[in-house]
Amino acid sequence: MGRIVLVTGVSRYLGGRMAALLAQDPDVETVIGVDVLAPDPGVPGVQIVRADIRNPVIAKVMGEARVDTVVHMGTIATPRQAGGRSTMKEINVIGTMQLLSACQRTPSVESLVVKSTSAVYGSGPKDPAKFAEDMEPRHPPTSGWPKDSVEVESYVRGFSRRRPDVSVTTLRLARVLGPRMRTSMTAYFSMKVVPTPLGYDPRMQFVHEDDVLGAIQAAVHRRAHGPINVAGDGVLLLSQALLRAGRPILPVIAPLLPSVGRALAPRSLVDFSTEGMRYLQYGRALDTTAMRENLGFVPAYTTAEAFSDFLQGGRTSQEVNTVG
Amino acid sequence: MGDAEIIRLSPSKAARLVGNTGPSPEAGPPPRPKVRKVAPPVPSAPPEVITDKEIDRTDESALDFVRTRFDGRFEVDDFGFDPELTDKVLLNIIRPLYRSWFRVEATGLENVPSESSALVVANHSGVIAFDSVMAQVALHDEHPAHRHLRMLGANLVFQTPFVGEIARKAGHTLACHPDAERLLRAGELVGVWPEGFKGIGKPFSQRYKLQRFGRGGFVAAALRTGAPIIPTAIVGAEETYPMIHNSKTIARILGLPYFPITPTFPWLGPLGMVPLPSKWFIHFGEPIPTDDYPEGAADDPMVVFNLTDQVREQIQQTLYKLLVRRQSVFG
Repeated sequence: MGRIVLVTGVSRYLGGRMAALLAQDPDVETVIGVDVLAPDPGVPGVQIVRADIRNPVIAKVMGEARVDTVVHMGTIATPRQAGGRSTMKEINVIGTMQLLSACQRTPSVESLVVKSTSAVYGSGPKDPAKFAEDMEPRHPPTSGWPKDSVEVESYVRGFSRRRPDVSVTTLRLARVLGPRMRTSMTAYFSMKVVPTPLGYDPRMQFVHEDDVLGAIQAAVHRRAHGPINVAGDGVLLLSQALLRAGRPILPVIAPLLPSVGRALAPRSLVDFSTEGMRYLQYGRALDTTAMRENLGFVPAYTTAEAFSDFLQGGRTSQEVNTVG
Repeated sequence: MGDAEIIRLSPSKAARLVGNTGPSPEAGPPPRPKVRKVAPPVPSAPPEVITDKEIDRTDESALDFVRTRFDGRFEVDDFGFDPELTDKVLLNIIRPLYRSWFRVEATGLENVPSESSALVVANHSGVIAFDSVMAQVALHDEHPAHRHLRMLGANLVFQTPFVGEIARKAGHTLACHPDAERLLRAGELVGVWPEGFKGIGKPFSQRYKLQRFGRGGFVAAALRTGAPIIPTAIVGAEETYPMIHNSKTIARILGLPYFPITPTFPWLGPLGMVPLPSKWFIHFGEPIPTDDYPEGAADDPMVVFNLTDQVREQIQQTLYKLLVRRQSVFG
């Protein structure tokens, strides 16, 4: 009678933890983890299927296991992690399309949870102080991971129209921070000298990695329909964050920042692309009313707490680490 | 109250400086009598006595302030408003302009609520938006509740480096429906200048003639949240930079909404940017309630237009009254 959940992207950090967490869930009977690579230490209680979601074989897996819930976490945010921008785009967009077509073909699917990003709102001077889910972006993203996510979301909306019986939740996450996450943002905050855009002090919002898992779990249970913003309460200014981190700050005029940044940290994951730069200039904050009301989820960490937990490398972690 | 604080703070700062550099030519009470053994007894204390304790306290809070600025432990709200920075730095920088340069006389502060939300709607003039900043100082310094005015600004403000950063830290945000309503729902005092660039960028010959009031978006925001509208008239800003001509060509090249030619600018260079010291009056008018309209009134264009006209008319009338009362431009 329990639910059968398929999680994509299990070989990656968040995907692996999510699958393990769902495996412990009393309402969940089986968790099937899908990824191109098998997760290195293995995930306890999770059946691993080595498959590429860009391949139609995924539909067969779903049909045979009579999957009822699909948690899509198999998108990649940085080209380095994917092995190049074109591979990244293919995994993100084509992978999602294949997964959605498999979902459409599988009558047992009742619920789909997609991990997306608040970067779909873009960043710019015309932005409202806080984005709610129904607001149109004023500066739509034009490249990279944010653009991929816009496309992923549009395919997800299309799927939702074709299968109105399936509950579809799209979680638009603020920047994820935590003691173990490695993202372009953590790489930026870990630079020895941090270049900042001169004359700008953006508002940033973070969500703790544990809260991401909590929000996805809430979405699996609650089946809230539509896009939902997920972020820790409050905002941090870039200057505040860097002062708290005790990092030396190097203000650079905005047009020169990418070159200075790349020179300072040539091999890091930091995103100095157009979109990354816009975020460093204008930031972004989210309205999280729907997260509380529709999803019934309250994050354990505020933005400031998530940041300080990242700084302290997990020493303030309140929750048990579900993986190993 | 704000007045008293300023007077108390500055001598203490002076005392601190004196303490570091040696004996002061202006003989105050010796702060540490042990050091100056031969100091003659002061017969009568000057009117402003600063005790050691007071100096320590201001020192301590100043030190705390500096410390939070270096370790990032200060707090901002979701809009990026930094009340501590605004009170302790930004307002102190702008206050001499308010008191000594423009000698602003603010009236009608009793019309501004002390706790609940309200929408301050005022005329806009004077090339550089000094009028909005002066209204902010007036509401903070002269209102008994020391209210912070949260203004709604054009996106040009927020895309300009430094300007946008400071505007956010001073509590202001982009003029858009969601932000206006969010602030009003949170019980804030919101300031809006519906004439926008048409108001501050108008020629001197059009002074004190209200321009078109946008599309009445501010009225809709007030109607949706039930916040009263406070029509506010500002006199004096028009004469700070009398704009004789608007050079549209230069404006287009620089990407600005207008480029002012005044009797002093750009001829005198940076000196031409010094505002003329006109005498200012700000009157906060009687609130216009918006909570007695039926549901959905905000989506009824007729209601919105009528209310917009009412606000505009009331500001225009108050402007005329203030102008009659004014003795001379530089009074």
